[in-house]
Amino acid sequence: MNILIYGTVNSIIFALVAVGFTLVYGVSRLPNFAHGALYVLVGFLTWSMVNDFKLFYPFAILISLGISSLLGALIYRLVLIRLRGLPTSEIIASFAVGLIILEGLRLQGIGGFKGFIGPFYVLPSFIDAKIKIAGVLIDAQRLIVMLGGLAVVVSIWLFTHHTKTGLSLRAIAQDEQAAMMLGIDSDRAAIISLSIGSALAGLAAVIILPLGNVTAEAGYRILINALAVCIIGGLGSWAGAVLASFVLGFAMIISTALFGSVWESVVLVGAIILILIFKPSGLLGKQKELEERV
Amino acid sequence: MSRETSTIQRRKERLDRGIKVRTEGLYALTSWREMFYLLVPRTLLIFGLLLSPFFLEMYWQRVLCQAGIYALLALGFDFLAEYVGLVCLGGAFFIGSGAYLSGLLNAKLGWAPFFTIPIATVAGAVISTLVLLPCLRLRGIYFAIISFMFPLLTVYIIIALNIFGGTEGITALATFPNIWVDQYLILGGVIIALFALRRLVTEDIGLILRSIKDNDQAVKASGISITSYKTKAVFIAALLGCFGGAYLSHLYGWVGISQFALDYSILPIAATVMGGMGTLVGPVIGAFILTPLSEALRGFGQMRVVVYCLILIGFIVYKPEGLMNVLQRKYHQFEHWEEV
Repeated sequence: MNILIYGTVNSIIFALVAVGFTLVYGVSRLPNFAHGALYVLVGFLTWSMVNDFKLFYPFAILISLGISSLLGALIYRLVLIRLRGLPTSEIIASFAVGLIILEGLRLQGIGGFKGFIGPFYVLPSFIDAKIKIAGVLIDAQRLIVMLGGLAVVVSIWLFTHHTKTGLSLRAIAQDEQAAMMLGIDSDRAAIISLSIGSALAGLAAVIILPLGNVTAEAGYRILINALAVCIIGGLGSWAGAVLASFVLGFAMIISTALFGSVWESVVLVGAIILILIFKPSGLLGKQKELEERV
Repeated sequence: MSRETSTIQRRKERLDRGIKVRTEGLYALTSWREMFYLLVPRTLLIFGLLLSPFFLEMYWQRVLCQAGIYALLALGFDFLAEYVGLVCLGGAFFIGSGAYLSGLLNAKLGWAPFFTIPIATVAGAVISTLVLLPCLRLRGIYFAIISFMFPLLTVYIIIALNIFGGTEGITALATFPNIWVDQYLILGGVIIALFALRRLVTEDIGLILRSIKDNDQAVKASGISITSYKTKAVFIAALLGCFGGAYLSHLYGWVGISQFALDYSILPIAATVMGGMGTLVGPVIGAFILTPLSEALRGFGQMRVVVYCLILIGFIVYKPEGLMNVLQRKYHQFEHWEEV
């Protein structure tokens, strides 16, 4: 029972983290390697607004989400727009942006800026309580993670299927040329997708981070997790991404229960390698993705 | 410039110099001038590298050794990215495996550096290739991220299992007899690797590798196994990295988890982009420019990574061809403005 509940929470964490990355890559074929960095940045901004500027917590969250989506749009407008269609450069440039954010957050004392020192950056939980479900004690934040994750996945689905902007994003994803002929601006779609993707990374951060510390290292881990979900699920497939989140989430919780938390990352890599050997297009991927990666 | 002329559109026209055309192929041997034209850049590079230790102080001689290691990594990165299409963000993994192998051989078996380095180079390359083998079916971002994971993962495992000295690393390894051996070992390595790779990419194997990058389905259709060629290419790049790592462990007489650090993955990439991707010489030059720069920034801690990344983005966005391509163009071509 323990495993079931914590596994579900863990799976939803995976889904939350991956959803932004999948959205951006699915729509504009841009690998946003700054995803993990934006996640940490939002955590850090929220923390410093709450602790240094004494802002009201929900207000701080909103502002930092705004900053992160703006930053996503800027990354596209200033850097990636010049590199579209050059996959190597796209990877390197977005990775470098991510590194600037992550390592920049560790800088000390330049212009009065204080980056990460020590492990005491903790965001407050939304509700500080513990609830018992089916005999398992679980804190309220984990329930919020579950609900928030579900809400995000559902609202993304609604957005991409029932709003005009969302539909135009899907059109670009399916056939860029045809979409452009119908008057959909591909650059605009990419900007929208990047800013939504970045905001989603931030949203994941504010929902998940109260469970632990905010650290710069988390950025790398988040990026890796997001990529793992994408690879295992098969890109462009929502169902695949959700399924992969659950597979990974449970695999990790079970391996932690059996062998200890050391093997978490080994399980992650092992899962990726197994998928690549046996079903390179991912669990629910289609033939198109197969050609792209193999 | 007056108002009228500014409305006239101009473009830059580039023409190959006659001597460039004459020096292609056997005709280069027709006169001394042609031979000089070909030899000058090459000798400048070789002698520049070989003579530089004489003009440096002790501290900067150490930096030169570091720069050599980064140059080897950058060469490997450039080779994999531009000639095979595998963007490898995990150069630190090569360094780490080479360093740990030679460190272990030296500490546990007591072998001398001149045995451990070759063994660690080859064995480390074999290990790295085997580890990357399942991922060679990947391309583009998938390979990039997986290769990025391996150094991080290895660090977790080393810390968690507390093997190979855990967080402390292995200390008190044998070092080289003097600083001249240090420098010429790595400089020689860089020069040999550079010219060997340049030769390699013009051979048949280089042609196949480049076509794998451009269109792997076509290569497959020609009955050539892509995976076996990719394996060979990764092995070659890993050889360079592992040699750098093995050398590094004996340079400082110490091996630790910081050899899997981000610096070894990101600086070579910055050097490659700065020097000019696909030129092979460019990355080497880039490494010899960037490493002293990063050394000068050592006091600022993490600032270094931020600076590499800024340089990286600056070059990739505004000067994507890199320094070497610009220099080559100036050397080989006339340029003049032409009215349209």
